[in-house]
Amino acid sequence: MKIAVCVSHVPDTATKVNIGSDGKSIDPNGVTYVVNPYDEFAIEEALKTKEKLGGEVVVISLGGENNKESIRKALAMGVDSGVLLKDDNYRDSLAVAKALADEINNQNAELVFFGKQSVDHDNSIVGQLTAELLGFNSVSVVVSFDLTDNKITAEREIEGGKEVVETSLPAVITAQKGLNEPRYASLKGIMAAKRKTIEEKPALPAENFTEVVIMKKPTPKKAGKIIGNDAGAVPELVRLLKEEAKVI
Amino acid sequence: MANIILVFLEQRNGLLKKASLEAAKFASDLAGKLSFDVEAVSVGDEINNLQEIGGYGIKKVTHKKHSSLADYSTSAYTKIVSDFIAEIDADIVVFSNTALGKDLAPHLSVKMDSGIVMDAVECNIENGEIQLVRPEYGSKALTTVKITSPKKVITIRPNVFNPGNPNQDAPEIVINELTETDLSTKTIEIKKSEGKLDVAEAEIIVSGGRGMKGPEHFELIEKLADVLGAATGSSRAVVDAGWRPHSEQVGQTGKTVSPTLYVAVGISGAIQHLAGMRSSKYIVAINKDKDAPIFQVADYGIAGDAFEVLPVLIEELKKVKED
Repeated sequence: MKIAVCVSHVPDTATKVNIGSDGKSIDPNGVTYVVNPYDEFAIEEALKTKEKLGGEVVVISLGGENNKESIRKALAMGVDSGVLLKDDNYRDSLAVAKALADEINNQNAELVFFGKQSVDHDNSIVGQLTAELLGFNSVSVVVSFDLTDNKITAEREIEGGKEVVETSLPAVITAQKGLNEPRYASLKGIMAAKRKTIEEKPALPAENFTEVVIMKKPTPKKAGKIIGNDAGAVPELVRLLKEEAKVI
Repeated sequence: MANIILVFLEQRNGLLKKASLEAAKFASDLAGKLSFDVEAVSVGDEINNLQEIGGYGIKKVTHKKHSSLADYSTSAYTKIVSDFIAEIDADIVVFSNTALGKDLAPHLSVKMDSGIVMDAVECNIENGEIQLVRPEYGSKALTTVKITSPKKVITIRPNVFNPGNPNQDAPEIVINELTETDLSTKTIEIKKSEGKLDVAEAEIIVSGGRGMKGPEHFELIEKLADVLGAATGSSRAVVDAGWRPHSEQVGQTGKTVSPTLYVAVGISGAIQHLAGMRSSKYIVAINKDKDAPIFQVADYGIAGDAFEVLPVLIEELKKVKED
């Protein structure tokens, strides 16, 4: 079975965000880019599924030359091959999904893993969009996954619990933290990754249906007050919560 | 252009969610500003409080009903709602950005070949154009976006758009009994987290961090949450250490929350945590280290030992509740 895993290359979550000179995107200066944290769970689940059922895993990423770092990371973890869909311009989620769906078709993949959300634009929809474009079944925000005899049983996180969902291949699964423990790339894996090829091709052109007007930093919260430094401050805290904030 | 806004109403256990009322009010206000018509659609089995939606400006609601639809199914809900969108030729479709809304909305944007904006926290009309403000980079940036395609899909963040007090208007309710449903994805069971409030939906959250020193001390966090009627939350450090479940994690790789009151105990305030809770209305921080970054966003802080402060706080709050 051919399994695809789609990854994005995003600013590390410890990054301080500054707005770029265009006023519409972040200033990339001094920003460390990493493989999207949720995509690591997707890579791990793809590898576990291959180990259980056999087959081949391909990693697909859309973006510029630097995305190769995230592709290499997936290859070092054990993914068999990589594809970079080149596009240096900003794409909205649907335009990204259209190019990914096109490549997943080219690859004849039957099972596709995504992270549930990229921690840059935070839309949490590219997996579902891609599934719908492909006509695949989809389960999003998955914390438990099993594929046996073509039947998928997955648990997805919802408010206050989980939905246990049954579906079948072909399918798209988007991974939530808790699905698994992503493996570390071994030294052997890192060496092997250097020999694996990354196929590069232009991403399928697609029009953006959304446009950024302006990006701003949230207004800083004004610093509050430290009421005290021990339990003696508790009555005053309770009074403030009751009389000033009126929240209790 | 039929000039119609459609709002999707989410139900769980046969009752409309509060987030659906917010979405309904948002949609009817938007329709008013654009001089569009607005109507609603719901999917499920019996819904017992559908008439309430009239109070939020919705004149007509169509309920797509089948006994197999009480729980969510991506495939069935997508088919039913997309057929209905086509039938009434809706231009704009509004959802609440809940677990269900986040899953369903993108499927429909593909069906409509429309632009989609998720998790809007503000909506303005500029020169007749809808502009939506949404947080990105774990709420470290606020981006204003517009949709350039003729059809549009919008989801709004729960707990942000206040639906206000309803009026007494009753809606026209059309019940549409379906004979078949596409259950190629199907919910077979719902596993509830043991009677606990979810951080994403709670009005008050009490979160613990590394300063709690071990999973056994979270009993104090739970007691404080109990007396406040709050959900319990956690920092990433304690989730990664395995002390608490990931469903409680607040921050960039957990949940972004905006409750009325957020109490951070033993949390220093890493940038990714602050990003996820800074939009809370009131923030209380209890932390030994007076220089911890959490105090920069806290309205009220106690720079003291949580193990000394919490028991006293719990007792004081109990007294307040008894009065």
